[in-house]
Amino acid sequence: MSDVPVFELHDFSIRFADYRAVETLDLKVHRGETVAIVGESGSGKSVSVLGAMGLLPPGAEVGGERRFEGRDLNSLSKRAWNALRGGRIGFVFQEPMTSLNPLHTVGRQLQETLRLHQGLRGREAKRRSRELLDRVRLPRVNDMLGARPDQLSGGQRQRVMIAIAIANAPALLIADEPTTALDVTVQREILGLLDTLRREEGMGLLLISHDLNLVKSHADRVVVMKSGSVIETARTSALFTAPRTAYSRELIAAVPDGHPPPVVDEAPILLEIDRLGVQFPRPKPLLRRRPLDFVALEPLSISLRQGETLGVVGESGSGKSTLAFALLRLVRAHGRITFDGERLDRLNGRAFRQRRRQFQIVFQDPFGSLSPRMSVADIVSEGLRFHQPGLSNAQIDAHVGEALAEVGLPAHCGDRYPHEFSGGQRQRIAIARAVILKPRLLVLDEPTSALDRTVQKQLVQLLRELQARHRISYLFISHDLAVVRAMSHRLIVLKDGAVVETGTSETVFDAPRSAYTRCLIEAAGI
Amino acid sequence: MRVSSLFQAATVRSKLSPITRRRLRVFGHNRRAVVSLWLFGVLFALSLAAELISNDKPLVMQYQGDWYIPVAIDYPETTFGGFLPTTTDYHDPFVKSQIDAHGWAIWPPVPFDYQTLDRDVGGPVPSPPSARHWLGTDDQGRDVFARVVYGFRLSVAFALALTTGSLVIGVGVGALQGYYGGKIDLIGQRFIEIWSGLPVLFLLIILASLVEPNIWWLLGIMLLFTWLGLVDIVRAEFLRARNLDYVRAARAMGLPSRLIMWRHVLPNAMVATLTFIPFLFTGAITTLTALDFLGFGLPPGSPSLGELVAQGKNNLQAPWLGITAFVTLSVMLSLLVFIGEGLRDAFDPRINAPASTSVRVEKDAP
Repeated sequence: MSDVPVFELHDFSIRFADYRAVETLDLKVHRGETVAIVGESGSGKSVSVLGAMGLLPPGAEVGGERRFEGRDLNSLSKRAWNALRGGRIGFVFQEPMTSLNPLHTVGRQLQETLRLHQGLRGREAKRRSRELLDRVRLPRVNDMLGARPDQLSGGQRQRVMIAIAIANAPALLIADEPTTALDVTVQREILGLLDTLRREEGMGLLLISHDLNLVKSHADRVVVMKSGSVIETARTSALFTAPRTAYSRELIAAVPDGHPPPVVDEAPILLEIDRLGVQFPRPKPLLRRRPLDFVALEPLSISLRQGETLGVVGESGSGKSTLAFALLRLVRAHGRITFDGERLDRLNGRAFRQRRRQFQIVFQDPFGSLSPRMSVADIVSEGLRFHQPGLSNAQIDAHVGEALAEVGLPAHCGDRYPHEFSGGQRQRIAIARAVILKPRLLVLDEPTSALDRTVQKQLVQLLRELQARHRISYLFISHDLAVVRAMSHRLIVLKDGAVVETGTSETVFDAPRSAYTRCLIEAAGI
Repeated sequence: MRVSSLFQAATVRSKLSPITRRRLRVFGHNRRAVVSLWLFGVLFALSLAAELISNDKPLVMQYQGDWYIPVAIDYPETTFGGFLPTTTDYHDPFVKSQIDAHGWAIWPPVPFDYQTLDRDVGGPVPSPPSARHWLGTDDQGRDVFARVVYGFRLSVAFALALTTGSLVIGVGVGALQGYYGGKIDLIGQRFIEIWSGLPVLFLLIILASLVEPNIWWLLGIMLLFTWLGLVDIVRAEFLRARNLDYVRAARAMGLPSRLIMWRHVLPNAMVATLTFIPFLFTGAITTLTALDFLGFGLPPGSPSLGELVAQGKNNLQAPWLGITAFVTLSVMLSLLVFIGEGLRDAFDPRINAPASTSVRVEKDAP
């Protein structure tokens, strides 16, 4: 480790008009070292790095000292900045789809960087691009050069991004939530790749993440941030064995734990699915035979008892959301659905709509699932007003207050609008909208995925309380095994639309039978 | 900023959603749009009372001790000592002298209707502006000011009716296509493609030779085509919005399609639609004017701005005709465009809402 750090911030601060986004941040990254900045959303972790790199929109005031390889960044000209960014400093962002230009091939985007910073052209540039794609362990390099971003998977796109970032042998690589948009198994590979590259190239790596446990095995030092200021800076091992602040302890402990309330032995079977499958017809090519239908969900059978939680696990594209939509008949499906002794798939129109209050759904995105134009009371009461048109306004208000209290929100929230609430609170509102109808089955489609770990834990707690109180059955869909384990009695693991494994929660976690399940559990690090 | 503070006061008190409130605030801070809206509103309100402003009948009169309201009720000439049982011509010298002798009359500021032929101009028509005719007369001796007031009202009313009609049909068709998608959408789109291929102007001209075109005919025929422009944007919004999570949640709650469309999807589509309205409006006015100019529009004698333009063209020696028509049309259309601009900005989420405390905010937000 050399004496001069690659990157250094001292008493660094960022202000937007009258709002202080970051205060007194001190940070050092040495060659060959990984430093992680960890914090929940809104803690200022991304903003501070963007600000230090001069990437914030005008209007942001940046103060304090910042140095790169000993050079003062405050006095850098625009030209010098451009040479530095993408040259000596490489960036990898969270969303690989939007960071790559969808209209250009991978090869062209790689060669652009090489041309701008090293003046490489033609054959030389192509040779170097191939080499780079090899470095990030992409298969079939020649095909990759001609591929457009939409033809690649999320993990492959992120590898291309990394290839572009290291194209000019940077001294510092900044990775801003590089794995958040990826599946767990892919996450691990990407982090491993970043680790290897750092060692081989001797770069400094600045890793930004919201998940403390994710950086555990990759970072040398960790900076914990909360609402714009540093809470704790420590070596990773020291932080995990002896965290000095309460907030760090809270973050470390923020893995959802515990178990769901036990199911009563004589609990009746509420839901039975028999060979439920979903397939979509593919478009017919001209002059050729129609290809086989795309099978989104292979026919599967499930039964669910009252008060029981069935966890559905799988990576993106495994068909877990399709299962939820098929069950609620929001997509066309075939197969038998028996709910409380009644065949649901035979009902239609009005009769089915009336049954809908018995099974409700909570979606993943707390920002998209509430109409921004309606007040919270209107959102929560909408279903009730339709299903029980006889209720007076006072009765409805009482029901709304009760539902909000159930999810731990004060009654006066009703007059406010969704944008005034945080992600976790919005998810509570979405749950209130569902439970006000007194459903017997609640489908939870990744309800915690968009939330911070500490908030996830509270939400899991809330859901378990509701289950214990009302004996609701849950179909809990998630890719996050830690949350699933804390919620479910039984599990099914889906892959590419087919069931890979089923069993009680304990058996699946303690003795997974399929290799895929083992891989998932290992990747989740639990 | 008295006007915008009025807007704010109104918005704070009422129970509007924050989005609406923000939009009103952005609109309220666009001074040009607010002033245009007020001006246009006042002009339209005045033109609605055109009968009280310019009329060839007195507003109120007393004749031999009895009260008469000629502006609202037709009285036969015999009432005032005439010989014919027809509606009284109050400009007739005999009637005038009778009224002067046996009572009095209050006239509107401009004592001419849009079709009153002034026989006492005292010179060749078109006659230049004077104290008697503020904007002069046209080539038939009719008061230009009166024709502008009535013409303005007719144009705006026509545009209003056409816009409302197109809105109802366009949003309805777009909503059905977008929400249900599939076959309904496919058939609808193909029909619209064929329908929009029909030449509207020729159809109107051909029709003008078949029937005596009155305002209802024109409205009906133009309505057949103006809704097409709206369908695409409404349909696109519905296609997008039907897969939003809160729309899905509403379906999962068991709400019927019509309620979901009305409450959850339509508000999304209304944003695009509302920004479209000013253009529909100005389009309707220009089309009507153009048809009148060509002589295929409203029946002869109607107070129409297009006809005034045509007269200006035919009587270049009387510049007050052309200038009046030009100024009227350009002021009316500019006001509408300014209002439209304000609306568009108000609905643009990228434009920062000025904080309710700030005094003046630059229009071009980053």
